[in-house]
Amino acid sequence: MPMPRVKFNQDLCKGCGLCVSVCPQRLIQVQKRRLNDKGLHPVYVEQVDRCTGCGMCATICPDLAIEVWR
Amino acid sequence: MQAVFKRTAGLLNIPTHYCPGCTHGILHRLIAEAMCELDILHRTIGVSSVGCTYNNYEYFACDMVQAAHGRAPAVATGIKRVHPSKSVFTYQGDGDLAAIGTAEIIHAAARGEKISVFFANNAIYGMTSGQMAPTTLIGQVTTTSPFGRDPDAQGHPINVSEMMATLPGAVYVERVSLHDYRHIIQAKKAVRKAFRVQEAGLGFSLVEVLSTCPTNWGMDPPKSMDWVAEVMIQQYPLGLFRDPKLEESK
Repeated sequence: MPMPRVKFNQDLCKGCGLCVSVCPQRLIQVQKRRLNDKGLHPVYVEQVDRCTGCGMCATICPDLAIEVWR
Repeated sequence: MQAVFKRTAGLLNIPTHYCPGCTHGILHRLIAEAMCELDILHRTIGVSSVGCTYNNYEYFACDMVQAAHGRAPAVATGIKRVHPSKSVFTYQGDGDLAAIGTAEIIHAAARGEKISVFFANNAIYGMTSGQMAPTTLIGQVTTTSPFGRDPDAQGHPINVSEMMATLPGAVYVERVSLHDYRHIIQAKKAVRKAFRVQEAGLGFSLVEVLSTCPTNWGMDPPKSMDWVAEVMIQQYPLGLFRDPKLEESK
């Protein structure tokens, strides 16, 4: 089975942290040391290989910044 | 590889102006996805209201009209009567629908206008920086109720869905929430059903969606989702208040 892939659009992300709170694997973190075009801290996935592609982060994202493939 | 989650064609590729963590973005997406799945995007006309969602006509890929404060159901009535073959929805907040627009929403429901109303209730005036709304909970602190809402001075919150359910013209009334994954999936079903009730010509449909306002509630977004689950649902219980019998075709 191919590895799930999750893509975060850094410029759409507002760093609200809702995806961080719902990820069952706790893989998502807010990048405190980086700013995007909006001047907000975007999120990133630390260990992509542990992502199961469940899509919970994308479902709760208010800004459609996340796309998931499996 | 198959897409589990992709950007919907019902929303234009424009970043929204909402604050970080605001659930308006989720509700926009659910409406857009429902329009695409029911294949009515090309013949849907939305009516945006006044409040934080004043310019959501910029975001939806369907035709949109901007209505005066609280008058979205009246504008939608006109559009639907002139174009009965179109699907017409309004997108209103609690400051718009439950305050200045109370007369319009009640009479649109009483007349049984065949429109769908999506009502985002976050218990506060978000756009004008957090004043007390008619839907503000008892004891909730806002900029105009700094010691908490006192029912003796400011009255009680309005439960719009329960009120609408007393009108025979309102055939589908449901209250849903967006505070976690499971409830977002349920909210999506409610949004779809509202469009299907309208497509079937059954009458007026209203979906009340419990939303958050992290900025004006003074909480971070995950905490405001918890506040909806723990506090707001006590005042606004989720549920189906009027249920038309739809055959499960789609």
